[in-house]
Amino acid sequence: MITETEPQAPTTEAAAGGRTPRPRRLPRWAGPVAVLAILLTLPFSTITVPGLFHGALNSPATLHLLAFCLVFGGLATSYDLLYGRVGLLSFGHALYFACGAYVAALLMRILELPLVWAALVSVLAGTLLSLLLGAVALRVNGIAMAMVTLAFAQTGSILVARDPGRATGGEEGLSLNTAMVPDTLVGVMNTVNLYWVAVAYAAFATVVVWWLSASPVGRVWQGIRANEQRVAVLGVDPYPYKLAAFTVGGGLASLGGVVYLLVTGGVTPTITTAEFTLTLLVMVALGGAGSRWGALLGAGLYTYAEHRLRQLGGDSFSALPDWIAAPLSQPLFILGTLFVLMVFFFPGGLVALPERVRSALRDRRATRE
Amino acid sequence: MSTVVLLIVTGLGLGALYFLIASGLSLIFGLMDVLNFAHGAFLAIGAYGTWWAAGFLPGAGPDGPGFLLALTFGVAAGTLAATLVELCVIRPLYGRHREQILATVGLSLAVPALLQAIWGADPLTFPKPRAVRGTVDLLGAHIPKDRVLLILVAVALFTALWLFNSRTRYGLIVRAGVQDRAMVTALGIDVRRSFTLVFAIGGAAAALAGALGGLYYGVVTPTQGMSLLIFAFIVVVIGGTTSLTGCAIASVTVALVQQFANYYTVAGLGDIAVVIVLAVVLLTRQGGLAAKKSAERVA
Repeated sequence: MITETEPQAPTTEAAAGGRTPRPRRLPRWAGPVAVLAILLTLPFSTITVPGLFHGALNSPATLHLLAFCLVFGGLATSYDLLYGRVGLLSFGHALYFACGAYVAALLMRILELPLVWAALVSVLAGTLLSLLLGAVALRVNGIAMAMVTLAFAQTGSILVARDPGRATGGEEGLSLNTAMVPDTLVGVMNTVNLYWVAVAYAAFATVVVWWLSASPVGRVWQGIRANEQRVAVLGVDPYPYKLAAFTVGGGLASLGGVVYLLVTGGVTPTITTAEFTLTLLVMVALGGAGSRWGALLGAGLYTYAEHRLRQLGGDSFSALPDWIAAPLSQPLFILGTLFVLMVFFFPGGLVALPERVRSALRDRRATRE
Repeated sequence: MSTVVLLIVTGLGLGALYFLIASGLSLIFGLMDVLNFAHGAFLAIGAYGTWWAAGFLPGAGPDGPGFLLALTFGVAAGTLAATLVELCVIRPLYGRHREQILATVGLSLAVPALLQAIWGADPLTFPKPRAVRGTVDLLGAHIPKDRVLLILVAVALFTALWLFNSRTRYGLIVRAGVQDRAMVTALGIDVRRSFTLVFAIGGAAAALAGALGGLYYGVVTPTQGMSLLIFAFIVVVIGGTTSLTGCAIASVTVALVQQFANYYTVAGLGDIAVVIVLAVVLLTRQGGLAAKKSAERVA
């Protein structure tokens, strides 16, 4: 199972450290600090990475793509809080993300609230909505809960698409009312500031999820994921803990919606659909559910790959015969197929890969000896 | 009066469509605990298979017996796809429900994208045979013939599935497996062998639903399957997985609620009313209307 990688990781690490002290092992904070340092220095580097990015690293196009990856990284982390940490399979996470984005856009458009207030209100709305719907959905378990969340999200999707009172813009979506946004966050020249916002969001979501998972609440979540009945038998009612995870996840997602609105400069109904939640699930499972870096890594790679494949799609495959080129021009076809293969061959996601390789090598060495 | 009759018959037609999709889903879920997101893909394959055969397959055509041949081709394509998915994707993952769901999610993204790559994202006009064009008069209402056809097909499928369930040995194993899989295995019967069969039946019904959905909507699109699938999921949850009758009743209820609410209130409210029905059913009777076993065993 994918979900069983995380709880064992610290213990095996500690055990390995106890038996054979490895002096090279870095302290636990080194990884996050290094990643953050890289993310913070990127906009100041003029290095070009041929093949990976068009233009220099600090060019607006590259920064925009990176900001996009980071927004989805944070969003996937909030989904991982439900799926990976607590084991709740929700198919309605898109609803809270869309709630953040749409409510913020509407507040700035209709009430002409400044960004800060619009963001605050929409995050509050998203959190309340997830608290309310979570309270209903969590009355049932497992697949039934998944279906209820899916149905709720579908309602939101229909509402947005029907365009009540010409407010949500239907298929067209809404554009960001830039008059209400500080000038430093508007325009191609200020892409770097949007990038900072995205970094801040991803870091915030990650820190919240890590911190909560390490707290006593996180221990109960681990227990619920491993065996919910046993937690109940031990005298802890799982319901409030699950609801807490659901609410925090929803709140983080709606914050992500606001950041998404800023980064893309608008919002379309595609982010309300069930497919959108399914892509989140794919991102989390791709990276490795319930692990430290899995959701961020999976979301970043997925978003990057989809973006690049869309760019490549038009021209790069034209040399190939048509029946190969046509499917390859569809990013979702490639990503979906890769994902199915990954479920088969790398359960546990990308973060579990080094460990799998290591253990395979160890096995081979053992058999040789 | 004529409006009510029209709404009822149209609702029954939509319910028939839901039943075609949900019956397979509920069989698969009940027996194998697989929440099959790829079901929408089978539906799309059936729809596109029929559309393609009607235009390009020699002998088949958009009308008369040619259309029947096209329909057969579409259903065969869907059945084949479902069988292949079971053998190649689901079978190696037996007992790992999360992974099975993830794999079908991957397929549900990949297959519509593939169809879109081949035939484009724009809706394609679906051929409509002369026999189901126009309307019939019933109690003063002009009812489109394709709705009637849908209802007839769903009734036929219901009867066939019911006969299969109650009169054949495989049906007996499937029914017993839905009730208690461990017990059937303990009695020395390999339930897994019937998994492929159930998947094939579900795929065939979904493909049929795809083709008839093409008639119902007049067009086929790569993503049609997904939106229908969500309502089929709702039907499965409301109807429970133990009985075919529960599934049929839930399909009709959901479709009628949707039709009436959509007509008498704002368009779109019907879809929301269905969700409310689902929430009420789940919160008052866990596991669905007709179910003794809850839908909670998995995940």
